[in-house]
Amino acid sequence: MSLPTHLSPADVEAFGRALDELRDTTIASRGAADRAYILGVIRLQRGFNLFGRLAIIAALPLLPQLGLVESLWWAVAMAGLGGVLLSLGKILENMEIGHNVMHAQWDWMHDPQIHSSNWEWDNVCPSSQWKHSHNVVHHTWTNVLGKDPDVGYGVLRVTPEQPWRPKYLLQPLVNVLLQLYFQWGVALHDVEPEKLLDGKKSLADTMPMLREIGVKAWRQLRKDYLVWPALSALLVLPLAATGVAPWAVLVWAFGATALANLLANGIRNVWSNLIIFCGHFPAGVHHFTEADVANETRGGWYVRQLLGSCNISGGPLLHLMSGNLSHQVEHHLFPDLPSNRYPELAPKVQALARQYGLPYNSAPLWRQYGTTTWTILRLAFPGGRSTASAMVAAGH
Amino acid sequence: MTAVSQPALTPARTGWADAFTWPLAPGHFLALINPLWSGDRVQARVERARMETANTRTLVLRLGRGWHRHRAGQHVQVSLAINGVLRTRTYSISSAPTRGRHIRITVKAMGEGGVSEHLVRHTQVGDVLTLSPPHGDFMLPRPVPRQMLLVSGGSGITPLMAMLRRLAARSQLWDVVHLHYATDAHDVIFRDDLSTLQARHPGYRLHRIYTREGGAAAGERHFSAAQLARLCPDWAERQAFACGPEALLARLDAHWTDTGLTEQLSIERFHAQLATPPATAHGGAIVFQRSGVATTADGTTPLLLVAEGVGLQPPHGCRMGICHGCDAVLLSGCVRDLRNNTVYNTPGQRVQPCVCAAAGDATLDL
Repeated sequence: MSLPTHLSPADVEAFGRALDELRDTTIASRGAADRAYILGVIRLQRGFNLFGRLAIIAALPLLPQLGLVESLWWAVAMAGLGGVLLSLGKILENMEIGHNVMHAQWDWMHDPQIHSSNWEWDNVCPSSQWKHSHNVVHHTWTNVLGKDPDVGYGVLRVTPEQPWRPKYLLQPLVNVLLQLYFQWGVALHDVEPEKLLDGKKSLADTMPMLREIGVKAWRQLRKDYLVWPALSALLVLPLAATGVAPWAVLVWAFGATALANLLANGIRNVWSNLIIFCGHFPAGVHHFTEADVANETRGGWYVRQLLGSCNISGGPLLHLMSGNLSHQVEHHLFPDLPSNRYPELAPKVQALARQYGLPYNSAPLWRQYGTTTWTILRLAFPGGRSTASAMVAAGH
Repeated sequence: MTAVSQPALTPARTGWADAFTWPLAPGHFLALINPLWSGDRVQARVERARMETANTRTLVLRLGRGWHRHRAGQHVQVSLAINGVLRTRTYSISSAPTRGRHIRITVKAMGEGGVSEHLVRHTQVGDVLTLSPPHGDFMLPRPVPRQMLLVSGGSGITPLMAMLRRLAARSQLWDVVHLHYATDAHDVIFRDDLSTLQARHPGYRLHRIYTREGGAAAGERHFSAAQLARLCPDWAERQAFACGPEALLARLDAHWTDTGLTEQLSIERFHAQLATPPATAHGGAIVFQRSGVATTADGTTPLLLVAEGVGLQPPHGCRMGICHGCDAVLLSGCVRDLRNNTVYNTPGQRVQPCVCAAAGDATLDL
């Protein structure tokens, strides 16, 4: 039982009304500054993408054959820098822009260019499927066992309330693989492959979704591992005139570009996985049963979102690069408010939580990710104790 | 007529250069260097601005990539953000079509804090606006008619000015009678340009009629059949073009209809002209499928308003059935186009929620 027992139904509703007021105040004050913010982030993201790709190409003429052996290191460092810049662009696009635009956080601007109905993001997951598995299912059924597909994503045991099965012995390994290939995990999320394997879903039923993923993935792979590497090879080919073997030039340029792009996608995968796992898996988080949420009121929904979400404390840079999912609590309470408003809402939400004797889970990244990783390692084995934080504040 | 292009974020988009930038388009990156290079939707920079009257302003716009030349009389939708919210209104282009990279729009502030007010009072030289492609059927015919009659009221002169400028530039102002209605002499937009045209082109005969100025008898201040017969006796032989307030246009429409000459009159309106709803018009249960919202609607409220009434924020542009910015697929049921009472009931059909109302139950992919 994870619902607060020290609050009367009237308290729960009063808590909900207080949050509704915060929400209304924020909605009433949306304006030009918010639009300037998201346009600025979009410009920054596109700038990272552009300069990342240009830096990779600029690195290529620094071929080792042309001069000193050290030039190889210069070339690798430069291409690596390009890959890192590109990863920053992808991280911003996926997290602060794509995720939040698809949450309809910016629909109020009525800008067809920045609208949840037609945004497509820069990873292999089709936005339409994401909007279903994430916005509709996860945000409605947050942390309800058997309902929320994000509780362990169908492959991990993240709370002792999930019954142990032998397959979980592999989860330390699964965890690392999921981190490295996170965009693919996200892409397959709405397909629910575990149900496919268990025979609860037929392949024929999921074919249209898989086809959609295929189209999206092809376009993404074509961009990062075909056309940009090919362009690099074409641009650098004149170097063959200096006496270097043409095949060596081609292989180097194509390969270095593809690897730099792989690095960019990889960094984005690891970082987004890290942030997202810190949202609902750290120590102190609460899980719920379907019985807990039967006849749930709006106030009750707010309480569950608060108990089931964890913040990462840090500075503005962390908030930006995490797409403000460092304010996971505020995001779950107000999923369609512009993310740039979460920082100003956070202290108000925290004060309300304190007032009502409810836990407000916020800690630095190392602590949140540390307890997340420990939970995943521990729960690979049978047993385990619930870490859900105490409900009643001292002196309440 | 071309719809406002959607952003290049849908898998339907093709083009070899897009393979490098998908799900974005190359223009999204070019726009980092110069907003006018966006190309996705035409961007335009305000290069000069001039007050025409106390509340009317002409903006000279430098056009970005993707514009195709307008025809004299056509209009364009202008979008800009006010308080963070993108808003769109339609304006006639007041300049003649040229090969150059500029157009002019002339905007009258209506005093309601909307787009027009913003363009007249707040927009500055250097600001960037978003334009739709030019469209509209109200335009100078080809070949140019030998004899023309222009009737305009207030800011309704803007599309006619584009026509006059075009005709003047090509020395085709052979025989044009122009009745222009304004509240008083200070309210005449393009006052100096009109005088210049009069001085240079004997074939151009302008009658300024003031609706709120002493002197003229009350009966002479507004359009009437008698006034027309006096100022332009051969009106029935002329191709007529009119733009202005709804009251003026209604009188013109009635006069040309009564005399059986409807074919010779072209009218430009700046809001959708709605048909009288049939007595049987009734609403029904409306489902916005994608948003998972169900509601009820009467038979006369545009579905865009219905959607906004239940808290949805569908993308839209002109809200008058021109731009197709709000188009949605009708999944089932029946809707009625408020402009002409056409009933749509084919599942899979695209309909325009800003000018369509329920006609019984309907489900929209919105």
